[in-house]
Amino acid sequence: MKFMMFVCTDTAPDTDPTELPDIHKWVAENDSRGRRLTGNVLAPTSAATMVRVRDGELLVSEGPFAETTEVIVGFDLIDCADLDEAIEVARTHPMAREGRLELRPFADLSA
Amino acid sequence: MTRTDTTTGAPVGAAAAAQAVAAAGVDAYPRIVATLIRLTGDWALAEDCAQEALAVALERWPDDGVPANPGGWLLTVARNRAIDVLRRAAVERRKLHELAVLAPDDAWPETPAGEDVVDDRLRLIFTCCHPALAIEARVALTLRTVCGVPTADIARLLLVSESTMTRRLTRARTRITQAGIPYRVPSGPALAERLPGVLAVLYLLFTRGYSVDGEPAFADEAVRLARLLDRLMPEQSEVAALLALVLFQHSRRDARRDADGNLLSLERQDRRRWDRAAVADGLSALARVRHHGPYAWQARIAACHATAESVEATDWPAIARAYDALLGLRSSPVVALNRAVAHGYAYGPEAGLVLLDAARAGGGLDGHPVAVAVQADLVARQGDRPRAAALFRAAAAAVDSAAERRALLDRAADLAR
Repeated sequence: MKFMMFVCTDTAPDTDPTELPDIHKWVAENDSRGRRLTGNVLAPTSAATMVRVRDGELLVSEGPFAETTEVIVGFDLIDCADLDEAIEVARTHPMAREGRLELRPFADLSA
Repeated sequence: MTRTDTTTGAPVGAAAAAQAVAAAGVDAYPRIVATLIRLTGDWALAEDCAQEALAVALERWPDDGVPANPGGWLLTVARNRAIDVLRRAAVERRKLHELAVLAPDDAWPETPAGEDVVDDRLRLIFTCCHPALAIEARVALTLRTVCGVPTADIARLLLVSESTMTRRLTRARTRITQAGIPYRVPSGPALAERLPGVLAVLYLLFTRGYSVDGEPAFADEAVRLARLLDRLMPEQSEVAALLALVLFQHSRRDARRDADGNLLSLERQDRRRWDRAAVADGLSALARVRHHGPYAWQARIAACHATAESVEATDWPAIARAYDALLGLRSSPVVALNRAVAHGYAYGPEAGLVLLDAARAGGGLDGHPVAVAVQADLVARQGDRPRAAALFRAAAAAVDSAAERRALLDRAADLAR
């Protein structure tokens, strides 16, 4: 079961002073177990470009500049048996403490 | 319809048959639903077939008699119904492989190969109470799927329309599939993390029924579920503690109200009307509790009340110590409030008022009518009757529940005499 894991900032990060998990170890561990297919850090929203087509006309603009203070800053594509395994993968990511993670399964279009 | 194994006896009549169906359904319903979900992965199909089996029994048992193994009979009928539905769907969609899981007509596969033997009902409970479901969805789904409460009744109990509840349940079932919530009991450290969430749903269910204007049916279902969970997980001490707690509280259900439905405080209850069998069951569950978790302390407190001859004869110092321990585990204004009450009985109203002030210091009890009522009671026992009566009236003005308001106004009236 494939999940897109959105890595997001959060207005209330963890205040626990213990050291955060190492992201490189997290990547290596999940890559070697075949659970992480790909992933990356995203450039800031100031680098984002929005593209729309309306009535045949191409509309390109800057942004969107999210008004919210919680933004997607990265992603990982993970492959797990089920949600419980995906939650275990997510909980050990440093951003589970510094921000938050959203697990979004791929839609099952065969159903 | 596929062959149905029916070993039945003499006609028993509609009333006796209905009783037998209800009795068999309590145990069989969650088993059937849980097993069909494991085999088909289809929650709605499992529930529909279990319901239909009960309906068929209601139709046939009056004339055919009650089968020797009512649960097995219901399971067979439900499974055959599931096979019929899947067969029709398979013909329509040419997806015959789905039928294969249910095909063996006489063999009922008990557990998938390579898995530990886990009761399907336990899987069902843990899945319904998964933290990735909203708490309201967990409660509704547990009532519908594990307890077999009809959707219309759940809607009435939770104060929403039936169509809203139907949508909510459908959304919850869809979410289980789409979000990838597994049909499994967690093991190892994950079990310790997930069990409190399951117990919280059970206790929420119980308190919904036990609260002043609550629906007693909720409390009955919660007690039944706690018994089931305790049977399924006898090694989990916190489950036994929760069972003991709800049994002790439930034992007072017939003594909690007067003839007009007014709520009676502990000291005004006729203790002869407490359910002694429930208390005995609670004590035997508590005897298996070896740890000091939050439900264990609450159960020990409830046991002190349940075994006392009167308010005066209650072991208040033991209750006070248990609240001290509970507050250490779970810092909450309500626990702090109850601790003040216990100390007030154990060591006098002054001791209670000191702890009440401390409990109120954080502001968590602001506008909490029970805190005012507790203060009123302590002040009354100090001897200041007019001030106590005024406080009881103030508490009465702030409560939402009519029964609670009557009880508080009665106290005020008693003091004014």
